[in-house]
Amino acid sequence: MTLLEVRDLHVDFQTRDGVVKAVNGVNYSVEAGETLAVLGESGSGKSVTAQAVMGILDMPPGRIPKGEILFHGENMLTMSKEERRKIRGARIAMIFQDALSSLNPVLTVGYQLAEMFRVHQGLGRKEAKARSIELMERVKIPAAKARVNDYPHQFSGGMRQRIMIAMALALEPDLIIADEPTTALDVTVQAQVMALLADLQREYNMGLILITHDLGVVADVADKIAVMYAGRIVETAPVKELYRAPAHPYTKGLLESIPRLDRKGQELYAIQGLPPNMAKVPEGCAFHPRCPAARDICRTELPPLAEVDDARGSACHFWKETIDA
Amino acid sequence: MPERRENSEPILEVRDLAKHFPLTQGILFKRQIGAVKAVDGISFDLYPGETLGIVGESGCGKSTVAKLLMNLERPTSGTVRYKGEDITKLSGRALKAVRRNIQMVFQDPYTSLNPRMTVGDIVGEPFDIHPEVAPKGDRRRRVQELLDVVGLNPEYINRYPHQFSGGQRQRIGIARGLALRPEIIVADEPVSALDVSVQAQVVNLMEQLQDEFGLSYMFIAHDLSIVRHISDRVGVMYLGKIVEIGTETEIYEHPTHPYTQALLSAVPVPDPETEDGRERIVLEGDVPSPADPPSGCHFRTRCWKAQQRCAVEEPALALPENFADTLPEQPVHHPSACHFAAERTAVIPPSSR
Repeated sequence: MTLLEVRDLHVDFQTRDGVVKAVNGVNYSVEAGETLAVLGESGSGKSVTAQAVMGILDMPPGRIPKGEILFHGENMLTMSKEERRKIRGARIAMIFQDALSSLNPVLTVGYQLAEMFRVHQGLGRKEAKARSIELMERVKIPAAKARVNDYPHQFSGGMRQRIMIAMALALEPDLIIADEPTTALDVTVQAQVMALLADLQREYNMGLILITHDLGVVADVADKIAVMYAGRIVETAPVKELYRAPAHPYTKGLLESIPRLDRKGQELYAIQGLPPNMAKVPEGCAFHPRCPAARDICRTELPPLAEVDDARGSACHFWKETIDA
Repeated sequence: MPERRENSEPILEVRDLAKHFPLTQGILFKRQIGAVKAVDGISFDLYPGETLGIVGESGCGKSTVAKLLMNLERPTSGTVRYKGEDITKLSGRALKAVRRNIQMVFQDPYTSLNPRMTVGDIVGEPFDIHPEVAPKGDRRRRVQELLDVVGLNPEYINRYPHQFSGGQRQRIGIARGLALRPEIIVADEPVSALDVSVQAQVVNLMEQLQDEFGLSYMFIAHDLSIVRHISDRVGVMYLGKIVEIGTETEIYEHPTHPYTQALLSAVPVPDPETEDGRERIVLEGDVPSPADPPSGCHFRTRCWKAQQRCAVEEPALALPENFADTLPEQPVHHPSACHFAAERTAVIPPSSR
C-alpha cells in the first residue's frame, strides 16, 4: 500500500483581502524508502501542503475545503484529533528550516529529545536520557554524552539541524517531511546534513518529502520531483527525466535561469515578471503572464495535469512542444 | 578580464588589511580578554571594469571586508588605496569625496530601504549629501532616469518600498548605488534574499550596468555558482584570510587549495547525470571560532592533508612551491595558501573539465 497519498487537496486562508487559495488541487504520493522533492518558489504552496499533511496548519484562518490525505490508506482529514496526534511525531515527523527557532531555548537538548520518549512511549527519566544519547550518536554529534545537557544556543547551526533530525527520527517514523532542511546552512555543512539524512532514510526505509527551492539539492537526492507554481503542481517526473527534458515552461525557465558551477554562461535566461499574488491568481494557466510560449487558450483555459507517460505529468497545454524544444 | 588588467593600474589596492573586534570582560573596568579576528591580513587588487568575487562561508569575514572598503569600519591595520590614496586615514571632506566613488548595494532589500521614504527620496538622497552631482531643480529628472536605467517604471517615483516586490526593491537599492556615478560598487550578497527566478533578472541587470557605466564590482556572496557567473576573478576566504585567488577559470577549474576543492565539491549541480560522476569531499566538523583560530594554517583542523608543518607554519598566499616551475599562462599558476597545494579536478563536474 502507498505510504502517503495526497488527493485533490485544497487549502485556503481567510484574510482581510479576501480568500487566498494557497493550494488548489494537489496530488502526490510517496512510497516507503522513496524521496519526493517538492520544488517551488516562495508562495507556491509547497510548505502549506506539507503543513496540511503534518496536521499543523493553523485553522482558522486556514481551511481545507476539499481533498484527502491518505496515510497507509486511511484518510487523516476525517480522523479525530486524538488519532491524528498519535500519528504526528510518531509516524510522520517533520524537520524545519530554522533549527534555532524550532528548539526550545530554555530546555537542554537532552531534555527535549527525552521528552519524545517519555510522552509517546512512557519511558522513565533515566532510560529516556540513555536513548537520547544513543540518538545523538546516531546523528554523529561528537561527545554526545557530554553534550546532552547543553542548551540549543551552545551548538553550531549544523549541529542544531542534526538534533532536529535526531528528534524527527526518535520514534522511527514511516515518513519524514523536511521543509528546506539545509537552506540556513553553509554549503560544506549542507553537504554533511544531506548525506546524513540520506543514510538514515536508507537505514530505516522511510519515505521522505523534501521541500526546497534549490534545484541543486534536489538533483542529488530525490527520486521524483513535483514542481509547484501558484498552488498547483505544474510538473511531476522522475528526477533524471525532469532535468533532461522538462515538460513545463516554468520548470524549463527555472533550470535555465540558475547560474551553474560547471558552466560559465553568457547572459542568464530570466523568467519575466514576478510570481503571482495568491489573492489574485491569473485566469487560465497561472503562469501565462510570464510564459514565453503563451497563446490564447492559456489565458482562458486552465490546463489539467496531462499524462506525459506513466511516470510523468505536465500542466501545460503545449507540453509536447516544450519537451521537444 | 585579463586584457583589461595588463594595461591599467588597479583602482583599489588592499594590503594586509585586518580588523580585530576586541572581546572585553567586566562592567566598570573593561579589560580586553581577546579579539575576534574577523579579517586577518588580506591583500588584493581591483582593476577598472572588472568584477572581483569574494566567496566564503558565514563568519569568514567577507562582509567585514565590504565594510572596511566602504570605510564604515576602521581597520586594525593595513591599507586600502583608492587610486593611490590610502582611504583608511581619511576623514571629513576628503573621505566624503572618496565615498562618492565607492558605493554599496546591500543584501536585504527589506531592511536597507527606509519604509517611510518614497522611492524618489531614497534614490535622490545621495544628491542631498553630494549636491554638486545634481543641481536641485534637476534632481527629479535624474531620479526618474535612474529608475528607468534599472528597469523600473519612472512613474513609480512617489511610491513607498512596501509597494514593491523583493526584486524590485533590490533594483531600487541598485539605483541608489548608481546615483552618484561611482566607479566602484561593493555588493554584499545582493541576490541571496531573492527567489531563483528573480535572481537571474538582477544578476543580468548588474552585468548590463557594468558594461554601460564601466563599473568595477566587488561581489561578495556565499553562492559559488552566482559568483562564478558574474566574476572575472575570485578570492576564496576562510576564517579571515584569503586562501586562494585567481581568475574564474583558475579557481573553478583548477583549484589547488584543499578548502576551495571541498567547497566546490559540496555545491550541488542541478543535473543528476553530472552529479553521478563526481567526487564529493565531505568536510568534518564546523568552522572554528574566529576568536580562537587554530595555529598555523587556519584550515588544518578540517583538512585531510594536514601534517605537523601545518600546525606550526602558516602558509603564505603565494604561488605554491610545487608549481614554481609552471608558466604564468598555465591555469594552476595562481596564489594558493597551502603547503601541500595540488590540483584535484575530480571534484568539479565533468562538463566544465
